[in-house]
Amino acid sequence: MVRTDVQLMLDVKAGDEASFELLLQRYRTPLVNFLFRMVRNREQAEDLAQEVFLRVYRAREDYVPSAKFTTWLFRIATNLALNSMRDTRYQKLEVSIDAPVTVDAEDGDERPLDVAEKHPNIEQHLVEDVRVKMIRHAINKLPEKQRAAVLLHKYQELDYTEIAKILSCSESALKSLLFRAYEALRVELAPLVAHR
Amino acid sequence: MSCEKMEGRILGYLNGRLNESERLEVEKHLASCAPCSVRVHEFRAVSGLLDELPVIEPSPEFDLRARARVAAEPVKESWWAWLRVSPRVAFAASMLLLAAVWMGYYQRPQQVQLPWNNPVEADAQMMQDLPVLEDHDVLSNFEPLKDLPGKADDDSDNVQQQQQQQQQQQM
Repeated sequence: MVRTDVQLMLDVKAGDEASFELLLQRYRTPLVNFLFRMVRNREQAEDLAQEVFLRVYRAREDYVPSAKFTTWLFRIATNLALNSMRDTRYQKLEVSIDAPVTVDAEDGDERPLDVAEKHPNIEQHLVEDVRVKMIRHAINKLPEKQRAAVLLHKYQELDYTEIAKILSCSESALKSLLFRAYEALRVELAPLVAHR
Repeated sequence: MSCEKMEGRILGYLNGRLNESERLEVEKHLASCAPCSVRVHEFRAVSGLLDELPVIEPSPEFDLRARARVAAEPVKESWWAWLRVSPRVAFAASMLLLAAVWMGYYQRPQQVQLPWNNPVEADAQMMQDLPVLEDHDVLSNFEPLKDLPGKADDDSDNVQQQQQQQQQQQM
């Protein structure tokens, strides 16, 4: 029987280290992806994700299941991401939105496009890559809070109540935030939207 | 329903998060509002584009680093966690503490009762000591003891003193 997040966390509180490992495995990928899309740097995203797990571990003794575990987890992650984005330490590592399109930015290794790269479907890959870059570029252009709202809504599939708690706003303010974000994305991605 | 109200429901509609009555209300509005219909179509396209972003896997070092950081956390011990660590030491320390408390409360030095503080007790003490005084009188007047050598020395000293006194009187 699969234990819920809250059950696992309560077991961690009781001293069961294995339950913490299960939480780590369950949320490592969603957290790293969320943070990568927020801060635009893989190394930084992994550092922040580790920090999130560390803070969860540190807070284990005071944990009270008053809210959903994911609300708590992503609230920590969002706050860390917003703080680090305002921190100048990682600015030099961020992907500049004006930088030329690069290949394999997903793994954090920026390198210029190499059209002579030996690949059977190079043209198709380049087209796909340009689309991904445009989408990422559009997300990156969103204000921080709108970006967090879109990522939590779209990729983590959290409900409005949870996202509102994470972003410390009302549900109606969240709906307005999301609407404006999608409006901005619709404009930014107009060339791609038109072809769908 | 107004286009303004539609703004708060458009994403819920796209994600199927509206209840039945809300959904019917939105669909009724869309049937009569071309701009909102276009917006719904385009928002759906945006949502589809967001699905194209690839999912990345954490690096192989991620788990190792996360575990190492957690393992490096100092262990938080509660105030009396040492009891669990060594019950024998805890027991011995508890006994020591009890002994110290007992010594402190029950083995305090008793106040010295001086006989002259209370005349009645002083008389009683004296009555108790009377046999000792009587023994002293018996011993000091015990005839056979006077013949002991020490007594002879004392007598010779007396004789010398008497002779000296006689000489002084003759002079």
